[in-house]
Amino acid sequence: MGEILANYDFVGAFWLTIQLSVLGTIGSLLLGTIVAVLRVAPVPVLRAMGTGYVNTIRNTPLTLLMVFSILGLTYILGLQISDNAKTNAFWWAVIMLSLYHATYVCEALRSGVNTIPPGQAEAARSIGLTFGQSLREVLLPQAFRGSIAPLGSAIIALIKNSTVAAMIGVTEAAGLMSEVVENETGTLGVFFIFAVGFLIMTFPLGVAVTWMSERLAVKR
Amino acid sequence: MSAKKLAMGALAGVLMLSLAACGSGTTGSTSGSGDTIKIGIKFDQPGLGLKQGDTYTGMDVDVAKYVADKLGYSESQIEWTQAPSGQRESLIENGQVTYIVGTYSITDKRKEKVSFAGPYFIAGQDLLVRADDTSITGVDALSGKKLCSVTGSTSAQNVKDKVPDVNLQEFGTYSECVAALAAGSIDALTTDDTILAGYAAQEQYKGKLKVVGNTFSTENYGIGLKKGDTELCTKITTAITEMISDGSWQTFVTNNLGPAGFTPGAGNPPTPAACS
Repeated sequence: MGEILANYDFVGAFWLTIQLSVLGTIGSLLLGTIVAVLRVAPVPVLRAMGTGYVNTIRNTPLTLLMVFSILGLTYILGLQISDNAKTNAFWWAVIMLSLYHATYVCEALRSGVNTIPPGQAEAARSIGLTFGQSLREVLLPQAFRGSIAPLGSAIIALIKNSTVAAMIGVTEAAGLMSEVVENETGTLGVFFIFAVGFLIMTFPLGVAVTWMSERLAVKR
Repeated sequence: MSAKKLAMGALAGVLMLSLAACGSGTTGSTSGSGDTIKIGIKFDQPGLGLKQGDTYTGMDVDVAKYVADKLGYSESQIEWTQAPSGQRESLIENGQVTYIVGTYSITDKRKEKVSFAGPYFIAGQDLLVRADDTSITGVDALSGKKLCSVTGSTSAQNVKDKVPDVNLQEFGTYSECVAALAAGSIDALTTDDTILAGYAAQEQYKGKLKVVGNTFSTENYGIGLKKGDTELCTKITTAITEMISDGSWQTFVTNNLGPAGFTPGAGNPPTPAACS
């Protein structure tokens, strides 16, 4: 097992996993917030758009989205982000992780919005705040604080789902694992190393999220 | 209400059990009465080992059947088991298969875990290109071209060593590479020439793709079996030698890989090594 650790670039592979996860988290939080706003908007067309997005993307397997981005969009429709195949695959992976996990972020936030008593939204409107202002000043801050635990779950899921990017040639942790298994045959030790690698990334995050969700909860 | 919940839970349990049954990998048509032999093959390699419904086709399948016949098992006594590359050693070590015929290259690392009979075929890493492409003649002509292979495969690692600046797209399976190649957005696909020939011979790609025929590695395909089982190894080696001398070998190659105009490279047919 020590020999395997010395012969392969574990640090580089997990660094790529971290890059994918961080960029994917940023993307999905931004897009997810926008979609959540659409879903609670007073305009029916916007609500329908938000609902349509969540129902379509959330019900599509991530593997399918990933392969579609390269096989369908890059190689059949010619939508190339970079001429270099590796860079192209990396950015498509970030986009697809963001698109996919935005639906979970959206639903987490929407459940956060639903914890706020309806009287608050009515009060915000009655003192003359516009829809945008009441979202920004009253609803979203409380929604984020109320949905930290589900948001944390969505991010942990995103970190683990970044392994799907190996399907399109991003040499992150799962990509390296298939290389190690190919050369050294699949032993328990190999799987153990990668499981521990992911545990190191996700476990502290889980603890932090639990702690934050207690500290930042809106006391009503 | 709670009765309904209970029923739902039971239903979920049944579903999971039936899924687990799907994963066991046996054909189910033959009951394990001790008279059957379990053979590991690839299920997803056209021309080598391909499962379509209940029929199995390919060169490896034909070789496996021939060897089974020599061991005294008729075709109906064979239980085919899927042997994906990463699981081959475990399948043999745990006794889930008697032997594996599945594009199984003989390497020193693998010999530490399993024994090999053969080689029965000498393959080599080659390139698959579009039939009208004359610019790619071999591995040296690859710089600046877009190449495709499978994530983490030996072929992908090998080509990265040989052509460090290659623009390599990796996918989970070769089928995706072939689709992109046929669509014209990738210039070449690299792996063993046998696998390439199998794809080129597929109905939908016939006449559109060709194997370059300029190999840059040597892969000795062997039949993997339990480490140290010299008795079985000797029997299988004898079967392979007979298969080559009685012309069956040539028939298997021509039938399965020939349609794409593929001819086996230098060193074929091989002489199987002695069992140790």
